[in-house]
Amino acid sequence: MSSDGGGGGSSNPMRVADLGRIDRTRALSFTFNGTRYSGFEGDTLASALLANGVRLVGRSFKYHRRRGIVAAGAEEPNALVQLETGAHAEPNLRATQVLLYDGLVASSQNCWPSVGFDIGAINETLSRLLPAGFQYKTFMWPASGWRTYEKFIRRAAGLGRSPKLADPDRYAHRHAHCDVLVCGAGPAGLAAALAAARGGARVILADEGSEVGGSLLGDRAQVNRNDATRWVQEGATELKSTPGVRVLVRSQVAAIWDHGMATVVEQVGSGAPVPTHLPRQRLWKIRAREIVVATGAIERSIAFGDNDLPGVMLAGSARTYLNRHGVQPGRRAVVFTNNDSAYHAALDLHRSGVEVSAIIDARPEPSGSVFDAAIAAGIKVHAGHGVLRALGGTTVRAALVAPVDVSGRAASDARGTAFPVEGDVLLVSGGWNPAVHLWSQARGKLKFDEALATFVPDPANRPPPHVRCVGSAAGAMQLADCVVQGLAAGRAAASDAGLGRSPTMFPPMVERETTCPLLPVWQVEYPEAHRYKRFLDLQNDVTVADVELAAREGYRSVEHLKRYTTLGMGTDQGKLSNISGLAILAGAIDTPIAQVGTTTFRPPYTPVTLGAIAGPGTGLALDLMHRTAMDGWHAANGAVFMNSGLWRRAQFYRQGRERDIEAVNREVRAVRNGVGLVDISTLGRIDLQGRDCAEFLQRIYINDFAMPAIGRCRHGVMLREDGMVFDDGTVTRLGERHYLMTTTTANAVAVMSRLEYLLQVEWPDLDVYLTSVTEHWSGMALAGPRSRAVLEKVADIDVSDAGLPYMAYRACRIAGVPARVFRISFSGERAYEINVPAGHGRATWEAMMAAGQPEGLVAYGTDAMDVMRIEKGHFVVGPEADGRTTPDDLGLHRMIRKEGDFIGRRSLSRPGLAAEDRPQLVGLVPVHAREPIPRGSMLVVEPRQVTPYPMEGFVGSTCFSPTVGCAIALAMVSRGHLRKGRRLWAMSPLMRMSIEVEVVDPIFVDPAGDRLRG
Amino acid sequence: MLLIVCPHCGPRDQVEYAYGGDAKVRRPADPAAATDAEWSAYLNERDNPAGEHDEHWQHAMGCRRWIGVRRNTLTHEVVSTWALQPAKTA
Amino acid sequence: MKYSFFSLSRNAVNYHRDWPLAWRSPAPKPHYDVVIIGGGGHGLATAYYLAKEHGITNVAVLEKGWIGGGNTGRNTTIVRSNYYLTENARFYEHSLKLWEGLSQDLNFNVMFTQRGVLNLAHTLADLENQARRGNAMRLNGIDALALNRQEVASMVPALDLSPTARYPILGGLLQPRGGTARHDAVAWGYARGADARGVDIIQDCEVTGIRRDGNRVLGVETSQGFIGVGKVGVAVAGHSSVVAGMAGLRLPIESHVLQAMVTEPVKPMLDTVVTSDAVFCYVSQSDRGELVIGGDIDGYNSYAQRGNLPVLEHVVGAAVALFPAISRLRMMRLWGGIMDMSMDGSPIIAKTALDNFYVNCGWCYGGFKATPGSGWCFAHTIAQDRPHEINAPFTLDRYTLGRAIDERGAGPVPWMH
Repeated sequence: MSSDGGGGGSSNPMRVADLGRIDRTRALSFTFNGTRYSGFEGDTLASALLANGVRLVGRSFKYHRRRGIVAAGAEEPNALVQLETGAHAEPNLRATQVLLYDGLVASSQNCWPSVGFDIGAINETLSRLLPAGFQYKTFMWPASGWRTYEKFIRRAAGLGRSPKLADPDRYAHRHAHCDVLVCGAGPAGLAAALAAARGGARVILADEGSEVGGSLLGDRAQVNRNDATRWVQEGATELKSTPGVRVLVRSQVAAIWDHGMATVVEQVGSGAPVPTHLPRQRLWKIRAREIVVATGAIERSIAFGDNDLPGVMLAGSARTYLNRHGVQPGRRAVVFTNNDSAYHAALDLHRSGVEVSAIIDARPEPSGSVFDAAIAAGIKVHAGHGVLRALGGTTVRAALVAPVDVSGRAASDARGTAFPVEGDVLLVSGGWNPAVHLWSQARGKLKFDEALATFVPDPANRPPPHVRCVGSAAGAMQLADCVVQGLAAGRAAASDAGLGRSPTMFPPMVERETTCPLLPVWQVEYPEAHRYKRFLDLQNDVTVADVELAAREGYRSVEHLKRYTTLGMGTDQGKLSNISGLAILAGAIDTPIAQVGTTTFRPPYTPVTLGAIAGPGTGLALDLMHRTAMDGWHAANGAVFMNSGLWRRAQFYRQGRERDIEAVNREVRAVRNGVGLVDISTLGRIDLQGRDCAEFLQRIYINDFAMPAIGRCRHGVMLREDGMVFDDGTVTRLGERHYLMTTTTANAVAVMSRLEYLLQVEWPDLDVYLTSVTEHWSGMALAGPRSRAVLEKVADIDVSDAGLPYMAYRACRIAGVPARVFRISFSGERAYEINVPAGHGRATWEAMMAAGQPEGLVAYGTDAMDVMRIEKGHFVVGPEADGRTTPDDLGLHRMIRKEGDFIGRRSLSRPGLAAEDRPQLVGLVPVHAREPIPRGSMLVVEPRQVTPYPMEGFVGSTCFSPTVGCAIALAMVSRGHLRKGRRLWAMSPLMRMSIEVEVVDPIFVDPAGDRLRG
Repeated sequence: MLLIVCPHCGPRDQVEYAYGGDAKVRRPADPAAATDAEWSAYLNERDNPAGEHDEHWQHAMGCRRWIGVRRNTLTHEVVSTWALQPAKTA
Repeated sequence: MKYSFFSLSRNAVNYHRDWPLAWRSPAPKPHYDVVIIGGGGHGLATAYYLAKEHGITNVAVLEKGWIGGGNTGRNTTIVRSNYYLTENARFYEHSLKLWEGLSQDLNFNVMFTQRGVLNLAHTLADLENQARRGNAMRLNGIDALALNRQEVASMVPALDLSPTARYPILGGLLQPRGGTARHDAVAWGYARGADARGVDIIQDCEVTGIRRDGNRVLGVETSQGFIGVGKVGVAVAGHSSVVAGMAGLRLPIESHVLQAMVTEPVKPMLDTVVTSDAVFCYVSQSDRGELVIGGDIDGYNSYAQRGNLPVLEHVVGAAVALFPAISRLRMMRLWGGIMDMSMDGSPIIAKTALDNFYVNCGWCYGGFKATPGSGWCFAHTIAQDRPHEINAPFTLDRYTLGRAIDERGAGPVPWMH
């Protein structure tokens, strides 16, 4: 047998002929650490490696010790591999969970240059200096040195490597509802699913395995006097043919959330990379009325010296490899146990031709069915003995055995009484821990079971009434009990799901074993034990000594233990090690294990791919982009887009080789001197109808809305209840009891929700109905001195100043389309806002552009719009109204209604909002006309000071004004009104700029508003 | 993943709802008459129990109605939900 | 025993059998000059600075579970002082300066690394906000650098820098002195330091009531009996409303759950803390190699220390959108912490209406990085019975007076901060 690989070709030296659920007609070729091997359909990567005699599969996290396969499932701590390469690479996969496929390529991790010769193993020689928590005690000198030390630590840590390329695969999300979700398709889960299905329930049965059956697939049990797999087969067939039942294999229930929601990760396909039309994984979101947790149990180990040598394996896992995969873990086995279950493994191995040198049983007087069978088979049993240490250089050669007392302590003269028992594998069982993870995630409580020496679900303490736990996950260690519990739980769940009483199902016949109780031995102690590492957490290299050190230093809470030693913090999340670790802790601090308690079981049960969690909701679909109806026209006409909330908007339209600023200046000049058209579809629009609209508007706006005539528009500002400016927009009275409100793009959703709250919760007596009509309309603003000339051509109404005066509204048809025209201006020019039904948006836009061509109509974007509103001194929500500004700050005091209450009014009289030194909206121009005003600069009196500078205010918005001919800015400045004509410095240390500016009135263009009115 | 029964629509997933906070908060009937302390209590102070909590949610992706929800903040269990007012007909 | 490489080596000889307790676990005395409720980072730091800076050592820290078991052990370990508002900037910068010498001060390596905190800009509005914030930081004496797209690309090559991304990266604001620390170590280091100065750290001691005589607190009822007090300081984060309620106070606080997660460890791929306000997600890589990912609160009151799927989905979706290559990594552990969300998103370190009862709360997402500064200021406030000028703005009455410190400008809606 080859110990470190080799064994290539098609030979599977450790394969036995007549066992296993593999398809021997389908040989698969794969590569591990550069060597080609073969396995069969039905193998996992781990079973195939074992079949090929590969012992060394990885290196440990901290000491880089040689490690082999220990387990057969999700609890495997050692056999972590990097699967595939390039964009398809996936780090940290457990070989025990990777289904073999043809052409698979995998390699060991955390070793260099190779798993056989690893430079990192030098840590082993330093290991005396690296006890638990060593990093907290050193690397502090010199203070600046930590960054350097840390670089080495970071490089040494980590396991596999992240791919560098974007993931080429897809991940799907799927919703499902059911009456009963059964987690795990072992004997208990299968029985539960059958019982629930017969009760008429819609059932989903999910299991991580590639077929249903769970432990029955690997343990040669008998049901109804037949091979148990036959009962499994019949059950699976029945479930598949029952309508409303869904069986998900390769589907791990990853988490249970609130209110019966579970997420299940389904591996799509049979292991090989999936074809492009399929997702790689599918995340099921299952809302279940009732949940049955039947997730089985996980075997634990016993700590003894060098118990991490390749060849040390869990007894139950060895049994699985033999029976399920037809692989013998070794030629000659030593078995070490404190309970009955390992005898099954010994017997199965013995029957398959493996020599069992001895069973080392810590119990002084083992007895019962399996003990008798072992004796009958001629297997030697050393009762009352323990394994002090695994012997061997690179893999197990023998176990050093000595008599131990009932706590696992060997006599002080262990050296004298110890003897080696030879074998190339050392199979260990320290008992079984129920997989209570999902139960705990569902807020189920645990209790300590003395007989099993572990924590089991406490059925009396079942906070989520819809969750049940059965089978070995609930502490049932006999097959007969698992089946009976499963049937009862399935039936009860169906009934609780509202399906009435379901028929009683008679359990299949399963023979009971007479058993001998487990002896809680967690470690084998002897005087020289401290010289050898006795591992608890193999992945994180946490030893018995580490736990004892933590206890000695006062890290005695189980959570402190975990965090100080890193016990259970690896990718296996302590599935093998947690209970043993806290038992050792309990011993060290002389406290019952029950009192020490467990750490919290957090989701997920096993790690879940980020891509699967995100599903389709990432990349471009992270938040779906909103586009206006005219978006296509913009794109076709040189628009440079920008994101504005969820919308994309045209920032400007580039002509030829224009620079950005040139395009913006051109657009501004075109509007100021001619006419332009801008897409304002993104503005929020809320339709208000009802008897009390006027009263409602009075209460939410600071202005007087008492009597706006039909057909008139008004600018309005609304506050938050704390007195700060929330939003602004216009309100138009469309009819007697009918109004249209606009909001800013950013606040459309928030304003709507707030208004609904006020109407429904605070003022239900008001007769007002709100409808968000943002998406119903396309909006465009036609602005500039020649705008009326363009409008005349397309509108079927009188658009003269008499027919459509400033701040008036008319319904009409534009280019034949029913439209609303509002004479409202943001730019300070004569302007018309035109709304047409969104479906007509682009056609109307194009008709306007065509009609406007003789007048020189240009499309302009948000940048030009921004420049013109800065020139007009209009604040906007964001830069100036930043959520910390009052109406006074923004110079709106004249707008505030004299009488009556409105949202936020009461807050305005609070001292902080009425303070004299509050910031006020002002304009800025550079003292030296050719200088810019840096974006986001802060305003100070004196540019050369020692930090911290007293700051007088900040620049809200700034631009080059083609109209004024220099940079201008709107700024919020403390006592700004008093500073007009004074100078400040606009400082941008980020851009290394300090510009002297003069405080001026914020309205730079047409302060009298003549252009506005024509 | 919360499942909240909208009194108008039936049981719906939490993604359809928007949270509105403490349901006991009421705007003073005459804010001008409220003392600074009363006004501040309305603005800033909230019930924040570790246990059952009456709160407002809006069925934002559904009927857009604000509803009352009694929910346990320790377990997330929804104890009851109720409509805030009888349905209005236009 | 002083921690050093030499003491480590000396103890190695004896298989580390001689290390003393990092802190004692004494039974509570009947009376303390100061009782701090809450054995998280803030409470322990407060006790440490009470002893170290103010010579007050007859102090007990009462912790209902295990020290550091609340938000101290449930955060994403980010330390920064990149705040816009001067009040916040000065406070968090004070805290950051304490971080810079903390391992040496405590003789406990808290593994604080100034790996830089990079805040991404995805829109023009982001760039402008960052410019304003960065400039304000610089003028407040805090380090800040504006990075353009190329500089972001060379600093964090794993980011998706494609201009066609849903939220294209236009640049970023970097605080080079920001970074991460080992969260548990902060609690342990402060505990050890406080203990060495005579402070009693009492775990498994839940405060169940507060005994008052008029405006004075006489003592606290606990699961280990009544303890008389000279002064009481509360530093219980998400449970602030509950404990303050025992003293008859209502706080401007709501408790909300915030989820965070780590992936399985991988070899170094991200040396900087990357945050994005637009997609609301923050990502860093721990020394163990795990990617640490956090995002927004779930958005409803909760004391459950567990969140739900919608926010997780969005946060992970955002992280994968920013770093497309991490899609194939796996989430290993997910947890929730209870955030004490205040009405303006800023903390409260203040006296209360009671004479000898002080509160430290309202940390929202920001509590971990504040730990040293919070403890330092709270200790000063308790010892002197008045705030230090650094925490003077963080009063309780600022909400009544209209002097909110509203960094986000979101108003009195706690789940919007």
